[in-house]
Amino acid sequence: MTQSGEPMIAVEDVEKVFDVRRKAAGRLRRERHRVRAVDGLSFTVPRGEMVGYIGPNGAGKSTTIKMLTGILTPSGGRVLVAGIDPSRDRARLSRRIGVVFGQRTTLWWDLPLRDSYQLVRRMYRIEDARYARNLAACVELLDLGPLLDVPVRQLSLGQRMRGDIAAALLHDPEVLYLDEPTIGLDVVSKAKVRGFLRTVNAERGTTVLLTTHDLTDIETLCSRVMVIDHGRLMYDGGLDGLHAAGDSERTLVVDFARELPPVEVPGARWVRSEGPRQWLAFPAGDSAAPLVAALAARHPLVDLSVREPAIEDVIARMYGAA
Amino acid sequence: MGGFYAAVVVRGFRRFATYRVATAAGVFTNTVFGLIISYSYIALWDQRPHLGGYTEAQALTYVWVGQGLLAAMAQMGGGFETEMMERINSGAIAVDLYRPADLQGWWLAADLGRAAFQLLGRGVVPIACGALVFDLALPASPLVWLLFAAAVALGTVVSFAIRFLVGLSAFWLLDGAGVVQMTWIVGLFFSGMLLPLNAFPGALGDIAQALPWSAMLQVPADVLLQRRHGADALLALAFEAGWAAVLLAAGRLLQGVATRRVVVHGG
Repeated sequence: MTQSGEPMIAVEDVEKVFDVRRKAAGRLRRERHRVRAVDGLSFTVPRGEMVGYIGPNGAGKSTTIKMLTGILTPSGGRVLVAGIDPSRDRARLSRRIGVVFGQRTTLWWDLPLRDSYQLVRRMYRIEDARYARNLAACVELLDLGPLLDVPVRQLSLGQRMRGDIAAALLHDPEVLYLDEPTIGLDVVSKAKVRGFLRTVNAERGTTVLLTTHDLTDIETLCSRVMVIDHGRLMYDGGLDGLHAAGDSERTLVVDFARELPPVEVPGARWVRSEGPRQWLAFPAGDSAAPLVAALAARHPLVDLSVREPAIEDVIARMYGAA
Repeated sequence: MGGFYAAVVVRGFRRFATYRVATAAGVFTNTVFGLIISYSYIALWDQRPHLGGYTEAQALTYVWVGQGLLAAMAQMGGGFETEMMERINSGAIAVDLYRPADLQGWWLAADLGRAAFQLLGRGVVPIACGALVFDLALPASPLVWLLFAAAVALGTVVSFAIRFLVGLSAFWLLDGAGVVQMTWIVGLFFSGMLLPLNAFPGALGDIAQALPWSAMLQVPADVLLQRRHGADALLALAFEAGWAAVLLAAGRLLQGVATRRVVVHGG
């Protein structure tokens, strides 16, 4: 067991290099390319934290998760999960972690959901009482009751996803890796999944590492977010800090009493005009108050509003910069 | 852990039991093919009595045992290998690897469950039909049936072990359909499904009998027909067990090499 002071997940200077052979154009010989999927990655996750792990496709997210489960061995550096080196002791670690891949399923396609859970129970040797308790909790929180006796192939994507999440939690894992758990789900299913994850994290203290392209997942669930690109950590901190790190801008939308030429105010930049309405951009970290005061001193104002930068734009800018 | 694999066997059985129409269609196909091949064999044995050392009744028994075992040995598809290859190509195999279950053990258990169902669901009825229409040389001794059951069980393991190697090839090949079809053709020929291996001429016959595919039909049929009895029957079982062990070990070795390639598919 890890002591409470030790982090649940510790990644230290981890590298993963792949040799990919590619046929060069017009040549018979294949050329070797070295691809650095993960390049000097370091982070720690304390017990009970829920962290968002985001990055564009091919950034190294899945490679990281595979190293954290022990399927892949790092080319360099050190990984410890719950005090275990994953690639050395994959079998022992597998009893303490749960993994959900949104686009893949662990459920048995042709048989009722209940049968897959029975297999999970035997695979992890879960005691009867604990199994019954965990299954009951999952069934209640994820509305699985009517689905237990339905063959998995007849479930909708959202139902199957809920079924998969339950399957990953029956053995009380201390760490849960979620790889795009809400991909392809409708709004209601997404909300259900998020609510459940929040409950699991709060009540069981499960450490959660969440990979997603849906930033609403991060905004509703994670107080901390890590951004990875080209195998390197670009950002690690609170959601708010992302704005500052991404040089993002807020927008002041001003309705003047009449149509005006583009206004010039110190600390802001004119973006566009539409009749009497103008859009002005200013750094997200600055206050809007002096700006409004300066504008009001010069022109009569009818109305104004401040728009926060969309987190998507902030991250897109960050990916672009890398 | 034994309980877990036993549970997988049961689920493998039940999984195939859910497809009743497919099973009925399979029984029909096996029976029709059994009739067609039976009449071909009758014509052949009429011209060449005692071909391969079989009487006509023994040859016809051989035909129906072959039809009864065809699905269980997954000689023309229906086994786990195509599903496994799909999982490798889609990257879903990664999900199977992080769990505390062995890949080969898991698929072996699932495939034995399937084979057990196919044996009952698609094996018994065609053989019974054959016995109604023709005069078959079925043994009366329960011991012979017991030896036959053991030979079939070992044959399914050999069949699995070959197909596990085929399935693993998907780690290197993007499309394994060609390998699968090659395996069918080679398997149908060398198991003796097209013609009993002892009817093959000279060296070809000897080589065919020594290859693992003979465990999928020729060996069990010869045990049932008491062409191999007593100590020789035990030797036949040992031959099957030997191939099963060698091929399973090869699969284990290849699995170790293959799983290091996981990341290549599916990022």
